[in-house]
Amino acid sequence: MKEIKFILNGKEVSVKADPLKRLLDVLREDEKMTGVKEGCGEGECGACAVLKDGVLVNSCMIPLGAAEGSEIVTPEGIRETDKGKCIIDAFGDAGAVQCGFCTPGMMMATEALLTINNKPDESEIREALSGNLCRCTGYDLIVKGVQIASERGKDLW
Amino acid sequence: MVGAIHELPIKGWIDTKGVKMGARISIPVRRIDAKEKAGGWTKYIGDYQFKNLQHGRFLRSERARAKIIEIKKPDFPEGYYYIDASDIPSSGKNNIQMIKDDWRVFAVSDVKYIGETIAVILGPDKQKVLDLLNRIEVIYEDLVPAFTFDDALSCKGGAVYGDNNIFSEYLLNVGNVDNAFKDAVKIVEGKYETGFQEHLYMETQGLVGAWEDEKITIYASSQCPFYIRKSVAVTLGVPVEDIRVRQTTTGGAFGGKEHFPDVIATPLAVAVNKVKKPVAMIYDRIEDISFTSKRHPSKITIKTGLDKSNNIIAMDIDTLVNGGAYESSTTIVLQRAILHGIGVYNIPNARIRGRAVATNTFPSDAYRGFGAPQGLFAIEMHMSHVADELGLDSSDFRRKHFIKTNDITITNAKMHDDVKLPEMFEKIDEMSDYSSKVKEFANDPVKGIGIAFVNHGGGFTGNGEQAIIKGVVKMKRLEGGKAGLYVSVVEMGQGLQTTMRKIAAKELGLDYEDIVYDNPDTDIVPDSGPTCASRSIMVVGFLVQECAKKLKAKWNEGVGVEAEDVYKHPDGLVWEQETLQGDAYPSYGWGINVIEVEFDPVTYEVKTTGIWAVWDIGVAIDETIMQGQSSGGVIQALGYASIEKCELKNGTFMQHTMADYTIPTSLDFPKVETCFIDNPYKYGPSGAKGAGELVFDAAPPAYAEAVQNAIGKRIYDIPVTPEMIMEALK
Ligand code: FES
Ligand code: FES
Repeated sequence: MKEIKFILNGKEVSVKADPLKRLLDVLREDEKMTGVKEGCGEGECGACAVLKDGVLVNSCMIPLGAAEGSEIVTPEGIRETDKGKCIIDAFGDAGAVQCGFCTPGMMMATEALLTINNKPDESEIREALSGNLCRCTGYDLIVKGVQIASERGKDLW
Repeated sequence: MVGAIHELPIKGWIDTKGVKMGARISIPVRRIDAKEKAGGWTKYIGDYQFKNLQHGRFLRSERARAKIIEIKKPDFPEGYYYIDASDIPSSGKNNIQMIKDDWRVFAVSDVKYIGETIAVILGPDKQKVLDLLNRIEVIYEDLVPAFTFDDALSCKGGAVYGDNNIFSEYLLNVGNVDNAFKDAVKIVEGKYETGFQEHLYMETQGLVGAWEDEKITIYASSQCPFYIRKSVAVTLGVPVEDIRVRQTTTGGAFGGKEHFPDVIATPLAVAVNKVKKPVAMIYDRIEDISFTSKRHPSKITIKTGLDKSNNIIAMDIDTLVNGGAYESSTTIVLQRAILHGIGVYNIPNARIRGRAVATNTFPSDAYRGFGAPQGLFAIEMHMSHVADELGLDSSDFRRKHFIKTNDITITNAKMHDDVKLPEMFEKIDEMSDYSSKVKEFANDPVKGIGIAFVNHGGGFTGNGEQAIIKGVVKMKRLEGGKAGLYVSVVEMGQGLQTTMRKIAAKELGLDYEDIVYDNPDTDIVPDSGPTCASRSIMVVGFLVQECAKKLKAKWNEGVGVEAEDVYKHPDGLVWEQETLQGDAYPSYGWGINVIEVEFDPVTYEVKTTGIWAVWDIGVAIDETIMQGQSSGGVIQALGYASIEKCELKNGTFMQHTMADYTIPTSLDFPKVETCFIDNPYKYGPSGAKGAGELVFDAAPPAYAEAVQNAIGKRIYDIPVTPEMIMEALK
């Protein structure tokens, strides 16, 4: 047990836990951030994706100790921002959401992509989403959702 | 005359806020659940907080076939429990009441497959439960297991089921096959095999059983709340009303949450019944891949006789599916495999023998398509091989044999559908440039193009909707100009929360957002049947449409007025269940896929360079949702055809993680170019037919044919892996 501090969605939090505890479990269990999903627990699916100091990471692969002092953003941290709303609306209009289990992770991947490249082409989008698995959509409409977000959100990123 | 062929609104998007459902229901709306899901507000089973929640894990068999000699348990600390068959109340039974009830809730004295449930271990701390589980030692006496079709047919180790390992056997026959073969001038034969496929829904299996208001409530990620209610009630020996099942938003299912949740719910309910506390049984991914049902493997032999003019005059098919250790739904899967066994063709003399065998593998169960993809893969590859043998163009040859309206089907009934395959072929040819590419690629050393033609029967086989399901739906006028919709079919990603609302709203002249439709709760909704068999829109949606009409007629009676509609089989259809004779399905969806590939002669990797799909699903209730079904179904099917290898070694699946069972990523396949044609069906809502499974059926044979044309060698089995290509080219 150790007390570990980090910034979660803009607020400092301090968690008393085993530093080896997965960040995913800390977020879901201790912080009740259930927008972060567990799809595989082994770094393969991206359902647990969060931003760590601005970089897209799989929270199931990060021990709490490694998050110390860093800035973590979960879907809860962006869904009510202008960027988050833009992505969510674009996903809605594109038909990008089916069962929805992968979608918060897809939103995080989209946010990470548009931050570094606000006008991605189809292949750049497919590349950026390739760490996030979706079993329902076949990806076409998610790709379209990202395109719509990038068109509409020109000035946001 | 072709119905209106319309492209999807690929470019741009439609902001549909406040749009009333007008004359054309297909115009897309924004899915009702999109925002909450995308932002992570939506709760799935693992996201709920239960007070005093206990964690359960299964003690599972590690042997494929063995006697249980002894189970050595450590001392259980206070609050930790070991639950097994002895905890089933005397009024109940140790059977899971699914389509068959042979699957045991808990294994007793022997085990029949690796992963079979022996006991539930539960307690407040997850880690302690795991520690206890690891300290339990089961002493087995091994028996000789049977895994393969050959093992099953030769009754290796003695029969696993009955005295011959045959769960079920059928013989379909039309015309006179033996006589026709005598007249054949040429005979072509082939043997086709398909493997297991894992559903890999992104949300693993998960249920929580709770003791609420002196009764068991099961919260479930599931397709069929009433199936769970029935199986739990039978296991505990209580009336169904004593069990409540509430569906939680389901993160993908694809058939994997049709019956399998019953296998979890029944032992879970026995545990809750004993401890009277909420117990969670949520699989991690490794458990889910290792210990859940898969698609039935198949082995299908087809022999075809041709006359002088290259017409098929006879066909003899032998179909085997591996049901695993328990029958469950296997017989119905076999029925679908053989009822789709001659595909979309008019074969005057045809015979299909179908057998479902028992082995000591994990019981196979429902998976999108339910046997049809296996049957259709075999017939489509075979048609391609026959054409090749005759030196004919594969698509011309198949098109010449298309079934037409009023032709006789394999079940000796008339094809009632208005079959639009010729027009659909024209459309896909125009979209994909198929015909010219066939010629262009003929001598290309690395490129290939393939095509497949399929149909898929909507709803339960034969008169099952009337004889077994008898679906009921209810609606009610609510405050504020809203209407409540009460059905038991669930949203699992396919868009039902939106499409059902559209159907109801259209009749009532309301906005689709004014229809209230919650996740089903068996204490509230009537039983409209399970969410499967491409029946939700076609069958239940039609009931919703009719019910909404009734409600509209009574609307002015005021808030609280209710309407109900009950399933009625379309007039003029006949069915004989024992012999599978008559109208096998009330209607079919139809489809064509074209797939283009390029293979690398050094690595044997195949790259898909183009995918086209044309579907006749009657009428799309929502074009965007249907485009999502088309892309999703086709890509899942392409995974099945190419990379999704699930191998069995000594009764264990070799793939346990998402790293070794790989599914398509966003980089693996290009966009699916989709088009729907209108062909309204009289008994579907606004003319809609079933669609969710159809979209899976065509891609595997189209892909395999494309690869075969690229490499210049015939393909008989899927998945088509680089190793297989290397082998073929040796
Ligand atoms: S749960 Fe973390 S990558 Fe799948
Ligand atoms: S929408 Fe279901 S996994 Fe992506």
